[in-house]
Amino acid sequence: MDAEAIRKDFPVLFQQVNGHPLVYLDNGATAHRPLSVIDEVKRFEEEDNSNVHRSVHTLGQRATVLFEGARTKLAALLGVPETRGLIFTKSATESLNLVAYAWGRHHLTEGDEVLITEMEHHSNIVSWQLACKDTGAVIRAIPVDENGILDLAEYERLLSSRTKVVAVTHVSNVLGTINPIAEMAAKAHEAGAIVVCDGAQAVPHMAVDIPSLGCDFYAGTGHKMCAPTGIGFLWGRESILEAMEPFHGGGDMILDVWIDHSTYNDIPYKFEAGTPPISQAVGLSTAIDYLNNIGWDAIRRHEVEITRYALDRLAALPDITVYGPKDANIKAGLVSFNIGDIHPHDVGTILDGKGVAIRAGHHCAKPLMRKLGVGATNRASFYIYNTHSDVDALVDALESCREMFG
Amino acid sequence: MSDLEDLYKEVILDHYRTPRNRAKIEGADVHLHRDNPLCGDEIDLYVDIEDGRVTNVGFEGRGCSISQASVSMMTEKLKGLSIAEAEELANTFKSMMQGEDAKDEDALGDLLALQGVQKYPVRIKCALLGWNTFLEGVKIHNEKHGS
Repeated sequence: MDAEAIRKDFPVLFQQVNGHPLVYLDNGATAHRPLSVIDEVKRFEEEDNSNVHRSVHTLGQRATVLFEGARTKLAALLGVPETRGLIFTKSATESLNLVAYAWGRHHLTEGDEVLITEMEHHSNIVSWQLACKDTGAVIRAIPVDENGILDLAEYERLLSSRTKVVAVTHVSNVLGTINPIAEMAAKAHEAGAIVVCDGAQAVPHMAVDIPSLGCDFYAGTGHKMCAPTGIGFLWGRESILEAMEPFHGGGDMILDVWIDHSTYNDIPYKFEAGTPPISQAVGLSTAIDYLNNIGWDAIRRHEVEITRYALDRLAALPDITVYGPKDANIKAGLVSFNIGDIHPHDVGTILDGKGVAIRAGHHCAKPLMRKLGVGATNRASFYIYNTHSDVDALVDALESCREMFG
Repeated sequence: MSDLEDLYKEVILDHYRTPRNRAKIEGADVHLHRDNPLCGDEIDLYVDIEDGRVTNVGFEGRGCSISQASVSMMTEKLKGLSIAEAEELANTFKSMMQGEDAKDEDALGDLLALQGVQKYPVRIKCALLGWNTFLEGVKIHNEKHGS
């Protein structure tokens, strides 16, 4: 693939920031939208906008077809044979909260254990804390070793008949580590636990086939994969979803309503109360087309290559600490690092002064920051439109930081 | 001068590299831990108060240069002030950071160096961390002991 050519599809990249050409390396936070997505969302708003599932008029039907078409396209992307298990939410965070709330609160009891990992994003920690507070279950965490890899021996030791949930991220948003979900899910199922996988950092960057992962729930989001913000998804095993209580009450999730009780719609609609993110789903559908057209093998190869280049160039700088795996082949396209004792917020501000956008902070992973013994890190995260010259600009800007704080 | 040089003035980098009064005060009249949940800057502030006057200030913490330099400069300024004067200075500093013209340049002194932070809205709360912690600590102290 030709990243230079792909860049041209992203108007936002062509601007000066603080007198320098923008170098956008914060794709782990959100990725940009190509013209095809921007145009299709605009076209939808101008021509088809209507509510879905309830309006019999023409625009309502067009909106419904496009909305359900997005579901079908997403199901194909994720390798799930049916769309029934695929719920649209507003974000991966909401998806994880849905599981913790609607499954967790009804299935966990005192003495049960929820097994998470030390590398989880806060959304896969706090949502379980809330469920545990209400049920008396407790949280345990699989440790991360010094290379940023989960300690699987310790995982097996922690698994027991008390374990009811294993909640694990597919890809760490700080370390880039790709976790062995299939292997972990098989062990969790032997112990009788369900497996909840956070795919927010995986789906945008690599071909994800949910059935071969073997998990029971899989959460993701649109805005990190070229779609608008405000749309996420949760895939759940149909038999589990059917047996679950709803998450939110409201329109579209019911079959019939009386004053004192209701019957619920079929899945996935049982979990989609209220007007869903419709134009965002249309944008997601176009984003999937865009990424499919580039090809998932090409996307992955590009990210491995640019990550390898970034790791090499960063390693040549003095006083650099890189966190997580140093082998680009076993991680996603991001690099977390610190330079000497310069605080990441200072690094982030100085880089911004040079037009280079990175993430500086705790990345919503404070337990992992404690484990790494730092308050914050810098993170450069790559996508399809990043080039070697973006990495060069990053390294040049880091040299300026060292001079300023030298 | 570029915006960046305006932000990272030498006096700020000096306080960051060589923080003043960076020590725990055992049994301090006021001890408060506060952090910026968004950034991860954190401080423990210790203040001794005698007869309505700030007699000693110390801090421990970690975070970016702006947060740590600002609290270091604050500890130097507050020592010896009456509580009322200290609160007034804190509020003058806060107004300056929120974009108002520095009302009392003499009182602010070195703190004027932090004016450059105004241009970086996300960093303002770094600069205010120490000061807000001080104001909150004094308020708690007053509620306990009467002002």
